Amino acid sequence: MITRVLDRAALLHVAVLALLFVLQFVLPDYHHVNLARVMVLASFAAGYNIVFGYAGMLSLGHAMFFGAGLYTAGLLAQYAGAGAAAGFTLAVVAGALFAALVGLLALRTTGVSFMIVTLMFAQAAYLAIHYFGDYTRSDEGFVVPGATRRLFGLALIDPATRYFAALALFAATVAVCYAVARSAFGRVLAAIRENEERTRMLGYDVFGYKLAALALSGAVSAAAGAAYAMLFGYVGAGLASIQYSIYPLLWVLMGGAATVLGPFLGTLAMFYLVDIASGFTSAYLLFVGLALIALVLFFPKGVLGALRERALPWLP
Amino acid sequence: MAAVTLLETESLSRRFGGLTAVDGVDFRLEEGEIRALIGPNGAGKTTFVGLISGRIRPSAGRIIFAGEDVTALPAHRRVGRGIAYTFQITSVFARMTALDNVRLAAQRRMARRFRGPDPERLEAAARDALARVGLAERADEPAGTLSYGHQRLLEVAMGLGMAPRLLILDEPTQGLSDEEIAAFVDLVRDIARDATVLLIEHNMRVVMDLARRITVLERGRILAEGTPADIRRNDAVQRAYLGG
Amino acid sequence: MEGAVGAAVLALTALGLSLVFGVMRVVNVAHGEFFMLGAVIAWWVTDLLGIHPALGFLAAIAVAPAMVGIVAGLAERLVLRRLGYDPEATIVATIGLLYVIQQAALSTFGPDARPVQPPVDFRIQLPWFGWSGYKLLVVAAAAALLLGVWWVLARTRVGLMMRATQLDAETARAFAIPVDRVYGGVFAFGAMLAALGAVLVVPIQQAHYLMGHDPLLLSFIVVIIGGLGSLRGTVLAAVVIGMSDGIISVFFSPTLAKILATLLVAMVLVVRPTGLFGTRAA
Repeated sequence: MITRVLDRAALLHVAVLALLFVLQFVLPDYHHVNLARVMVLASFAAGYNIVFGYAGMLSLGHAMFFGAGLYTAGLLAQYAGAGAAAGFTLAVVAGALFAALVGLLALRTTGVSFMIVTLMFAQAAYLAIHYFGDYTRSDEGFVVPGATRRLFGLALIDPATRYFAALALFAATVAVCYAVARSAFGRVLAAIRENEERTRMLGYDVFGYKLAALALSGAVSAAAGAAYAMLFGYVGAGLASIQYSIYPLLWVLMGGAATVLGPFLGTLAMFYLVDIASGFTSAYLLFVGLALIALVLFFPKGVLGALRERALPWLP
Repeated sequence: MAAVTLLETESLSRRFGGLTAVDGVDFRLEEGEIRALIGPNGAGKTTFVGLISGRIRPSAGRIIFAGEDVTALPAHRRVGRGIAYTFQITSVFARMTALDNVRLAAQRRMARRFRGPDPERLEAAARDALARVGLAERADEPAGTLSYGHQRLLEVAMGLGMAPRLLILDEPTQGLSDEEIAAFVDLVRDIARDATVLLIEHNMRVVMDLARRITVLERGRILAEGTPADIRRNDAVQRAYLGG
Repeated sequence: MEGAVGAAVLALTALGLSLVFGVMRVVNVAHGEFFMLGAVIAWWVTDLLGIHPALGFLAAIAVAPAMVGIVAGLAERLVLRRLGYDPEATIVATIGLLYVIQQAALSTFGPDARPVQPPVDFRIQLPWFGWSGYKLLVVAAAAALLLGVWWVLARTRVGLMMRATQLDAETARAFAIPVDRVYGGVFAFGAMLAALGAVLVVPIQQAHYLMGHDPLLLSFIVVIIGGLGSLRGTVLAAVVIGMSDGIISVFFSPTLAKILATLLVAMVLVVRPTGLFGTRAA
């Protein structure tokens, strides 16, 4: 019985990935690049979900981890001519280390204080990007040199390669989140989310678990950031601003927190909602705001979360 | 048979601002005992066990468990050493099943190096603990939907899942029916074969029934200590409870 | 003088945030947008009336806070109350509110900054330096308002109800204090204070749809450092931060100063064992 259930969930996820793989051959160019972008951003959202959905910590500062990856890869490419593989690897390490450092301080707080502390750290990081504007070119940003955007000899500028790379990142992220959701580690995180004090009194080093979750989340977010720089060729301070801390929260809320595929669903939905809205107004962020309010009022579990509750309890 | 001291406190104190909740307590607990901790409301019982379990940091004094000074050890490490605490106000994972609750309690000690625990052995251990408290048929129900009495039992099952050396029960029979209390007394006797039990209780019948020795706390200090018969005869204890 | 004006306006704005923190125990991330809304409505009123600046300004001072209060009251009623004032949900909801208000202003008011005429235009010229008359007026008005708020809190029944609710909402309910209405009133009042601050300062600055961002951050800093719900602490912190903002900019670049201030706020929260909510934490 258990093995059948596992098969079902695993099958579903593999099917989704397979579908995404097939889509690249049938999509028109416009949606082709959109979907690649969505997959990278969804990976970011999935990283955020580890901390928000699974561990239950509302961080308002994840833009700093995405930005860490973005700028590590981007700056290395710009000033050291580093290729995608090197940039990506170093970005992941940087993301994990940075998140661990932030966590050592921020995890001494919980709830609202944690939200504000993460927000403040992210603000400081954003301001630091401006402070070193001579190198980072601040809001204006810079274009990542085409020569560095190569992975294993393939040019990432090529749409097919780009799509495939985005899919590979997304698949890896899904695998990581799936593993977390099913593991003992994930179960402890869920327990911490439900009742932190009880979990502590069961002998678990709650601080250690939270720190590990944050470091993992930082690594995944940074991976997404590095991928974004390398695949789409642009690095700018706007991508590390408060908005990019709010977006993953929105995407995860919409798709369903503490589900593996929820972040993707939310990212996809919001991306196209904003896309359509910006067609007829420059105030498209209004819809972001309305969506947030509506979600938190009526739909706090998001699409997949509600689905899981009503019909599919085996959904990880 | 020599009595082994499992738990010892030396001049243990805890102050909250102007209030001294626990005042220089020297306490000794032998391995294999069932010890009851009683006293009027506000005597400092829950604070005292909070200090032992590590939920509260002491203002002064030492705590020695199984020969090791654990005063500086954080709560989760003390659990690792073998001290298990069940909450006075029921604190289970409401949205998880009863089985998952106990599984979580047992998971940590059964973890193998770099892997999780063996899933079959984990489930067996969890079901075993549930069976001991009489909740075997309710294993797959969400803990939040269990009756109050059953949630209390679930707490005990979680305590058992940790296979502790010292099990601290904080007012476990509160809110239970007479029938449930009787079953509970049997359960504790069963538990005491493998673990030492420290029991905070207000129900005098349970205390007299179960405890081999009783410690009476009043205003943060030990008022009296002895067998149930001793305590029943003790005038000071009578006064503390009845006032005056 | 710049510092004093900044401090005065900041004190008003931060006090609004502090009261909401204190009585309702929620963080209103949209607070800066109420500030902006006050300025924008003030421009709209003076523009609409097109009469003598002083009269237009007086109309603005009456109308803008009132309208902002209504918007805030609606938000509280429709959204916050439904959420049961859950801290995390409230923050998400007020973030949404931030975007809604901000973008609504963008689409109606436009992306440009628009000036508002100060109501009075004289200078007090002393041998060493001159002061703009209006700026003096702002400081004086702010001081008067702060005193007024203190008086309401400390000496009136309404203030008593607010303080009781702040201490213990459950008990307040038991004493027949209409806690829900107090919450609604406090939230609206907090927003109105921000709007008042904005109306006072808009003749000096200009009205712009993004002008809520800095006051929000600064108010956060003031409230966290000055201590929640404490009128004295808020005012003191506002004065210190308002005045030092100018001084620090002399020695450090403004960006670095902002970085340091932001990190300071974070560290205050990290290090203070009682965190944001004073005596409430264990």
